[in-house]
Amino acid sequence: METFWFCVIALLWLGYLFLEGFDFGVGMLLPVLGRDEAERRVLINTIGPVWDGNEVWLLVAGGATFAAFPDWYASLFSSAYLPLTLFLLALIGRGVAFEYRGKVDSARWRRVWDTVIVAGSWTAALGVGLILSATVFGLPLDAAGDRVGSPFAAVSPETLLGAVAVAGYALVHGAVFLSLKTEGQVRLRARGLALKVAPFALLPLLVLLLTVQLRFGSAWTWAASIVVALAALGAYARLVLGREGQAFALMGVAVAATVAALFGALYPNVLPSTLDPAWSLTVAGAASSPYTLTVMTWVAGFGTPAVLVYQGWTYWVFRRRIGTRHIPPVHVPAGREP
Amino acid sequence: MDVLDLARWQFGITTVYHFLMVPLTIGLSLLVAGMQTAWVRTGDRKYLAMTKFWGKLLLINFAMGVVTGIVQEFQFGMTWSAYSRFVGDVFGAPLAMEGLVAFFVESTFLGLWIFGWDRLPKKVHLACAWAFSLATIASAYFILAANSWMQHPVGAELVDGRPRLTSIWAVLGNNTVLAAFPHTIFGAFAVAGSFLVGIAAWHLWRRTEEGAVWRASVKLGTWVGVAAFAGLAVSGDVQGKLMFEQQPMKMAAAEALCHTEQPASFSVFAIGDVRRQDCESVKSVTVPALLSFLAHNDFSTEVKGIEDLVPMYQEKYGANYPEDPRLGELSGKPIDYVPNLPVTYWGFRLMIGFGALAAGAGLLVLWLTRGGRVPRGRWFRLLALGSIATPFLANSFGWIFTEMGRQPFVVVPNPSGVDGVWMFTARAVSSSTPGEVLTSLIALTLVYGVLACVEVFLVRRYVRAGVAGVLPAPGPDETKSDKGDDVLSFAY
Repeated sequence: METFWFCVIALLWLGYLFLEGFDFGVGMLLPVLGRDEAERRVLINTIGPVWDGNEVWLLVAGGATFAAFPDWYASLFSSAYLPLTLFLLALIGRGVAFEYRGKVDSARWRRVWDTVIVAGSWTAALGVGLILSATVFGLPLDAAGDRVGSPFAAVSPETLLGAVAVAGYALVHGAVFLSLKTEGQVRLRARGLALKVAPFALLPLLVLLLTVQLRFGSAWTWAASIVVALAALGAYARLVLGREGQAFALMGVAVAATVAALFGALYPNVLPSTLDPAWSLTVAGAASSPYTLTVMTWVAGFGTPAVLVYQGWTYWVFRRRIGTRHIPPVHVPAGREP
Repeated sequence: MDVLDLARWQFGITTVYHFLMVPLTIGLSLLVAGMQTAWVRTGDRKYLAMTKFWGKLLLINFAMGVVTGIVQEFQFGMTWSAYSRFVGDVFGAPLAMEGLVAFFVESTFLGLWIFGWDRLPKKVHLACAWAFSLATIASAYFILAANSWMQHPVGAELVDGRPRLTSIWAVLGNNTVLAAFPHTIFGAFAVAGSFLVGIAAWHLWRRTEEGAVWRASVKLGTWVGVAAFAGLAVSGDVQGKLMFEQQPMKMAAAEALCHTEQPASFSVFAIGDVRRQDCESVKSVTVPALLSFLAHNDFSTEVKGIEDLVPMYQEKYGANYPEDPRLGELSGKPIDYVPNLPVTYWGFRLMIGFGALAAGAGLLVLWLTRGGRVPRGRWFRLLALGSIATPFLANSFGWIFTEMGRQPFVVVPNPSGVDGVWMFTARAVSSSTPGEVLTSLIALTLVYGVLACVEVFLVRRYVRAGVAGVLPAPGPDETKSDKGDDVLSFAY
């Protein structure tokens, strides 16, 4: 039961990384791929209807961790306090920016919010990587599960590597997504960029997996890590041939295998203590009672398929490629009435 | 300021701020879904204009509700990790359910609704509006179930020093949430009603185009507001009676009732300082025996005062905090069981007062605009715009009273059972450094402050522009592009 919930948490993280990964990427690439206002609006509208639903995966991952592994939730969130604060501020800025950017017809107004989107997307992607890798590599926890040492304990060479790894993945993932969801110049540019930067941008992820592997790995996480490398190569190869849909699916395989490798390396811990292995939080020790887990299993059993169905339907409704010709003219209130 | 004070300030600021957006989202989303239903059924352009106009304001507000809600979900673990460890087995479940069952629906169907105009079949698109608005209500229920458990723990037993969930149905069916939920939802409709009345009346006063839209909005807003206020009075009374039973100290503090009285009179307002230096009652205007009735439905019953309650609490839950370095200055100190009296006393009264003002202003506006009349004086503009703020304030004071009134507890002991399941706020806080919490407090407050200005600026802009800002004028040139190209009728 505890192990099952460990897998559920991993799945929620996978949903989050896969979905919000590309909308982080779109935000990060906004100034690079959007040469003018119309193109920037194309980029934003590829994720317009879905980014908020994607973000809920994070909220549910947080909430489910709270319900199923309270000690994990409490220790991780309080130990990585400042990075999390920055991450939250980035999400706040980004979310508001998407909604408010187009509400005033002024180039300066849009420039401000574009900056917030870009900075917020980069910061948030780096933040996810930092927090996720801090979970895998562990934090200096004492016997009570409280952090010992500086507020920046979560910032180490390994976690910075993790931060860059997730940001690099989001960048490529976002570019592949855009090559699948746009048409014309933007599509070509997105594909070109994905092919150009992928070898560099995905490298930190592979280094991260190798580091995790050497430190905590087992045979089957080796397998998962190799799948990541193969899927990334496959995605690249399909993209070269212009098969954007397959490339995007393979990026999904890559991130699924990444999550499997990271959480596989973490198991049976949920948050290792770098001070004393005896103080590590474990799947068994940090879990809620069997009754609570049973309740949560019922909720997740009915809830998750429903979420997948209606979120899938959203993607189906908005499945068409978007180009500059689809962008309607700006219709917002004028500032000063006569 | 130590970590506890900073963490409490942060929780207070972020929660009250978040709850400025929440009631408007809940109330307005249902009203907008209703407007859209009217449009789909009648085809009357007036209702389309209403849907688009109020829907736009709903979106501007919802964006802020979402991003501030993320902070709410995360700060339990960040600043209140000891609390999270203690209650996670029980408290986490309703929180996780809210995300999985309600918030997913909200975010997904709102995206469909925003971008689905003309893309989805009319009825499917309308169903998205309903799915979104009903999910906001479900969200409210789960969150209130979690909060009600803090006010009145049920469905749990103490195992190895921690509450363990024994019945999720007891938690979800807690009589505290059954009372708090209707009260909160009525509060949300009061906010939405006043919002409609205030803005629409202002447009009537300015003699804007599309007068029919504004008249219909005033009418709808008033009746919703008045019905909500009636509901608030009834549900508030039910909640109050429960609170006398479950949290006697909170209600004594709400009345600044020092001495036990029989029958107890209700203080309408007080002059001077309601703090309890020597427990000398201040001069206040009272209604004899009313408090007895509010507490027990009987004009002659006794209501316990603070003086008598304190020893009872001390006997049950200890006179001093334990010696524990984590408690900082409070370690080993006597426990103060009395909440902050000025805050509880005035919070309670301001909640009721502002709520009554909101309902009264709505009725007044409806009467003044009867039969197509509109007052010309500038005072009417002030009345319209001023009345918008009142239910927001009532909601804020209500929550401030609720949460400050349970101090010094974060999990209030259930007087009739569930042994040992309670927690002092002082023990709930994380072992963070004050610097960390101060940093986040300053950063969040600054960002929230800036965003509040931005939101008000945008709402004002859209309000001033009226229907024209959201709906192109109807003309003969309504040509549709061929279906294949019609990917987005709305775009960011």
